Amino acid sequence: MPDEYFDLRLYVAGQTPKAVRAFANLRTICEEHLAGRYRIEVIDLLESPQLGRGDQILALPTLVRRLPSPIKKIIGDLSNTERVLVGLDLRPRGSGGV
Amino acid sequence: MDNTAPPRGLGKAPTGIAGLDDITNGGFPVGRPTLIVGGPGSGKTLLGITFLVNGALRFGEPGVLMSFEENAEELAADVASLGVDLAALVDKGQLLVDYVHVDRSEIEETGEYDLEGLFVRLDSAVRAIGAKRVVLDTIESLFGGLSNESILRAELRRLFRWLRDRDLTVVITGERGEATLTRHGLEEYVTDAVIQLDHRVLDQISTRRIRVVKYRGSSHGTNEYPFLIDADGISVLPLTSLTLQHAASTERVPSGLEALDGMLGGAGYFRGSTILLSGTAGTGKTTLAAHFADATCRRGERCLYFLFEESPQQMLRNMRSAGIDLQPWVDGGLLVLHADRPSRHGLETHLTVMHRLVQRLHPDVVIVDPITNLLTVGTDIDVRSMLTRVIDFLKIRGTTALFTSLTPGGADAAATQTVISSLMDSWLLSTMEVANRRRSRWLSILKSRGMAHSNEEREFHLTDRGVEIAAGRADDVRGSAHAG
Repeated sequence: MPDEYFDLRLYVAGQTPKAVRAFANLRTICEEHLAGRYRIEVIDLLESPQLGRGDQILALPTLVRRLPSPIKKIIGDLSNTERVLVGLDLRPRGSGGV
Repeated sequence: MDNTAPPRGLGKAPTGIAGLDDITNGGFPVGRPTLIVGGPGSGKTLLGITFLVNGALRFGEPGVLMSFEENAEELAADVASLGVDLAALVDKGQLLVDYVHVDRSEIEETGEYDLEGLFVRLDSAVRAIGAKRVVLDTIESLFGGLSNESILRAELRRLFRWLRDRDLTVVITGERGEATLTRHGLEEYVTDAVIQLDHRVLDQISTRRIRVVKYRGSSHGTNEYPFLIDADGISVLPLTSLTLQHAASTERVPSGLEALDGMLGGAGYFRGSTILLSGTAGTGKTTLAAHFADATCRRGERCLYFLFEESPQQMLRNMRSAGIDLQPWVDGGLLVLHADRPSRHGLETHLTVMHRLVQRLHPDVVIVDPITNLLTVGTDIDVRSMLTRVIDFLKIRGTTALFTSLTPGGADAAATQTVISSLMDSWLLSTMEVANRRRSRWLSILKSRGMAHSNEEREFHLTDRGVEIAAGRADDVRGSAHAG
């Protein structure tokens, strides 16, 4: 899937330190692995709480991979790059990690 | 939040489940969480939804259901038995249902997170309809969906604080645990009120029980109380050990047989008293009971007749051939026949059904024919205390109750029925004798509190005009002048 397009949504509730960290981590990972074929939409649930229902958001921050399907969810501040890559299917499960 | 609500803290939020509000002295604590614990199929979800539905329909308190386990279809199927249209409540803004789905297999966890998303959802739901009640069913599903238990526990603690700060009356359901009360120790967070539901099957008879384990700052019944789940939803039998405080009426109610009234000091039973009619098979117990039912309806009063041996059609037919036509009373609604197989439920369940029918129909007279069939389904529970409670319940309502009782042939009736007879105000015994190849039936009064009564065994006949009792000796009923 090298040329697949990644449609990503990052759910947060306000500019919390975790949210800021998650966004920064996500940008770095995307630039490195998905340059030119990704889109990040940040949704602040404090502004549009009803959007949390559709994607079944409980934990924050939550990263949702809307495309390519199937939908994947990664929760947390995305500080463990290996796990984020596994969660996004950019690296096979169990191959990396320390 | 608005400030129009009455002061909160010690208030009670009624569940609308009659017996439950009795044993909790008014309902669940307002503005605080109540934990409902039970095994699978114990009725936790139904209890939670009933709390919300009654809150919306009867107490003007909109509610939010956050369902972690069931989806819309499952939930609809669950409450279909209640006869409640959830969709209509939702349309009217009295109820909001949010289905929360957590699946660990689709979630990767990396780094720190919190459950703010859950808070935001709950907050927006509560605000959307101005909810006063919230049910979380069951939040411990989160333990299956998220792996970081320390985050989860910290967030749960925060959640309950958050709910309290908003004065929400909350019901949390929890799966019963092995070593702890709930599987994931939810009781650690909910310290105000804990209710336990239990569904046992003993001797192939299922019995549901409810118990208030804890209720901070409030008195509550401590017993296990039987409860029912059926087409009318949940009902709890709020039996408490009552003191002997019921008013004793001096009014008399005729037995339906003039001669029997004569044996009872000339006027029949006391209103609100309990009468035991025991006898061996074929001694006309149902016929005597039918006379009483007939007399009740003739006075324009209502009679609730429980049949534990015959079907209503059978009983009506048999009584018609004995000269007692009860059909018109059934048609007119004064006589309600309720037939059930004793083996279908446990004793408590039967008693719960009886309790509810009495509350619904307000009968003047209740007949149980025969009570003995019920006693055989009592298992390890104390049959006597159960019966005492039902009798107390009827007495407090001023309901006259007649229980027929089948005594085994040959045995000494007086000895075999001591358990129940001491609870009764009047005790009638009908027996059969065989002499010269002729069977004869005899009726006597073993006791009748507070009245002079017959001391003689009187022969009686079962005819096509009902029971006919032979005349007694002139001095049989003595001292009626100084009765009572």
